[in-house]
Amino acid sequence: MNTHSASRLWSAGIVSVALVLALPVLVIAGFVFVPAGDTWRHLAATVLPDYVTNSLLLMLGVTVGTLIGGVGTAWLTSMCQFPGRGIFEWALLLPMAMPAYIIAYTYTGMLDFAGPVQTSLRGLTGWGHGDYWFPEVRSLGGAALMLSLVLYPYVYLLTRAAFLSQSLCVLDVSRTLGNGPWQTFWRVALPLARPAIAAGLSLALMETLADYGTVQYFGVQTFTTGIFRTWYGLGDPAGAAQLSALLLSFVLVLIALEQSSRRHSRYHQTSQRHQAIRRHRLRGWRAAAAVAFSALPLLFGFLIPAGQLAAWAATIAHTVYDTRFLSLVFHSLGLAAVAALAALVFAVLLAYGKRLHPSSAVRAAVRLAGLGYAVPGTVIAIGVIIPFAWLDNTLDAWLRATFQVSTGLLLSGTLAALLFAYLVRFLAVALQTVEAGLGKIRPSMDEAARSMALGPGQVLRRVHLPMLKGSLITALLLVFVDVLKELPATLILRPFNFNTLAVRAFELASDERLADSAPAALTIVLAGLIPVILLSRSITRSRDAHST
Amino acid sequence: MNAIFRTFVVAAALILGLPAVAADEVNVYSSRKEELIKPLLDRFTAQTGIAVNLVTGKEDALLQRLKSEGANSPADLLVTTDAGNLYRAKAAGVTQPLVSDALSTAIPAVFRDPEGHWVGLTMRARPILYVKGKVDPATLSTYEALAGPDFKGRICVRSSDNIYNQSLVASLIAANGEAATETWARGLVANLARPPKGGDRDQIKAAAAGECDIAIANTYYLAGMLTGKDPADRTAAESVAVFWPNQDGRGTHVNVSGAALTAAAKHKNAAVQLVEFLASPESQQWYAQENGEYPVRDGVAVSATLTAWGPFKADSLNLARLGELNAPAVKLMDRAGWK
Repeated sequence: MNTHSASRLWSAGIVSVALVLALPVLVIAGFVFVPAGDTWRHLAATVLPDYVTNSLLLMLGVTVGTLIGGVGTAWLTSMCQFPGRGIFEWALLLPMAMPAYIIAYTYTGMLDFAGPVQTSLRGLTGWGHGDYWFPEVRSLGGAALMLSLVLYPYVYLLTRAAFLSQSLCVLDVSRTLGNGPWQTFWRVALPLARPAIAAGLSLALMETLADYGTVQYFGVQTFTTGIFRTWYGLGDPAGAAQLSALLLSFVLVLIALEQSSRRHSRYHQTSQRHQAIRRHRLRGWRAAAAVAFSALPLLFGFLIPAGQLAAWAATIAHTVYDTRFLSLVFHSLGLAAVAALAALVFAVLLAYGKRLHPSSAVRAAVRLAGLGYAVPGTVIAIGVIIPFAWLDNTLDAWLRATFQVSTGLLLSGTLAALLFAYLVRFLAVALQTVEAGLGKIRPSMDEAARSMALGPGQVLRRVHLPMLKGSLITALLLVFVDVLKELPATLILRPFNFNTLAVRAFELASDERLADSAPAALTIVLAGLIPVILLSRSITRSRDAHST
Repeated sequence: MNAIFRTFVVAAALILGLPAVAADEVNVYSSRKEELIKPLLDRFTAQTGIAVNLVTGKEDALLQRLKSEGANSPADLLVTTDAGNLYRAKAAGVTQPLVSDALSTAIPAVFRDPEGHWVGLTMRARPILYVKGKVDPATLSTYEALAGPDFKGRICVRSSDNIYNQSLVASLIAANGEAATETWARGLVANLARPPKGGDRDQIKAAAAGECDIAIANTYYLAGMLTGKDPADRTAAESVAVFWPNQDGRGTHVNVSGAALTAAAKHKNAAVQLVEFLASPESQQWYAQENGEYPVRDGVAVSATLTAWGPFKADSLNLARLGELNAPAVKLMDRAGWK
């Protein structure tokens, strides 16, 4: 077989894998061709303008929030020295372990008109309803804040990794050219970190678009709430799927904008030599400001809500921690581990395939496979149920007709279906991370290795994977934490008698029994902490390894 | 790094080797949450030796799962917390008549599908709650009257995304027609103290805190707050009282949780047995005690909390109508600006 046809075969293989992973999204998109009656006219005349405006404003709010929180803290902890920096370095990732709907419930419980904060305020001042102004948590702004608090770690994580891996020579050159630390930040480090920032931000925004729990609880009408309302309330799955397709077009526009804006730039660095970072030592008020700036997201994104959860959990601790609870923990951790491994394998396959064969077909297929992240979990689940059940039933019918044996449902209602849904939903997380890592390895490395007669597989194993170690661990742990928090797909696809922590926390919280849901919610957070801390350590260590 | 990978692989191996299911069994898809069904299922298993396998989830998603799985679906029963979704399951052709003399004698016809595809298992009432001392109950009368000018800025109700509000509006459409109900919905929206947000408990808390004088909520949420562990919730719940609207007319709006027998059921007898068990006085009493829901059959003792609210006349509309009118109700609320 000559190289040309081998390459064609490879491309075809990559495209097929990507298409299988994109199947649920394609199934949903396929509904576009099903007539949806007068639903569209009704939606356009009443609520659609609100959905669009609110979704856009929410994305804008989360962009501002995660950029300030994520990039600012990433720069401070990687380039400056101030008291507590070593702790903030990993602690700033903690909010990532907090599911968005949990933080939303927690803050509402505390800050609502009837909550302890406002009640004690009224008690102290003697004010009544309408006598004073208090920021409303359950609003569009509140939703943007809640989502920013738990999503900024994506930007922080990827940006910090980028800052740490920037060749110090580049930064030194900037300094010798007379740029101060601020100018170096704005003119050199920030532009160089742009692909990483964009990757982190796009994860945060896709998660924002897919969020249902928070916006629904806050009464903010977005695309996602609209999808559910159209499907459930109006009983129109086709209309709902069409809204989902419109939502996806948001994401595509976003990706296209980002890519076209950096079409002609390349971000490989010419030197892989690093030196230990000489952190800029901050003193006096600057140090205090740095501490305050880093403490805020940690305090509001983690310490306060986790403290509230712990307080709630303590009130009922004696009733919940039994063997059934242990099985929840085991299920959650096991699923998250399997899904994370699978996502990593497929992400490496697709990212590397794309690097070797960057034809437009491959690029488009890989892009398509990553779209699942922006689609609400319930919609993905339906996209999994329909083809799986079809496959099962078709196979069963064929076997019955031919051999008079019935297989029943082989895949539907099994963990395999659920794991596939996780893979579809979270592949983007692993893919973005691996691609960002691969992007930093110059193609000249590949060429050098290939010129030494190494095959593509060997190049991957002996050159890329060792260099990618940090990105691979990051991808693994990110997907792990995401699956741990995942709710809607788990709820719909899980087999009989199989529960997870997220299911448990949600069932109680959605019944407005916040205190009862706290032990499960807190356990998700705690279980998420371990990978998050590992994540942070691995990044720091990979930097140290480079600097020798 | 290797240690991390190894941990992941071990966890993977463990999770994939799950135990298989028992032989004598019945499979349930339930939108009633585990907390509020599992204890009864366990009792059923203890009494009959029939194992019950359970998946809980959102009703529409479970229904979609049922539809896609078709004749091979493992599910024998679909349990939901509102009649609208039972209606939808029947309309989708995934149910079959559930034949049981015990059920048709015990449960009144309004709580059963006319063709027997589903039965109601508990009754849930959605009355008007008012703040004691701030509202004279003599000024309250019907749902319809809440749209009047007297209640400007005084009402709290949750979002129209919620099925309970959709069913309430569907019942108003059934009683008064679509045009009158739309006018009513506009009036109600104009009377809201704040944009709809949160769940039913939040409306009660907001009323107790002084944000509004009147809340529309299901009674079991109020019962849950009264008997719950949170002292702040209890205080809030104690400051409101139940008013049963429309007592001189059709009665207070009610809905049911219920069960449908699936068309694909492979354990039909066991499934019917389970539904009969859930409708038994013992189970009915459990729901009344545990979650403050009303029994669907006579002669069942309810909790002290429920007794204190007194008897009431329930709307006798056949609940299948709520399902039929759900989509018009949602569109109507969209037009009326009910968020």
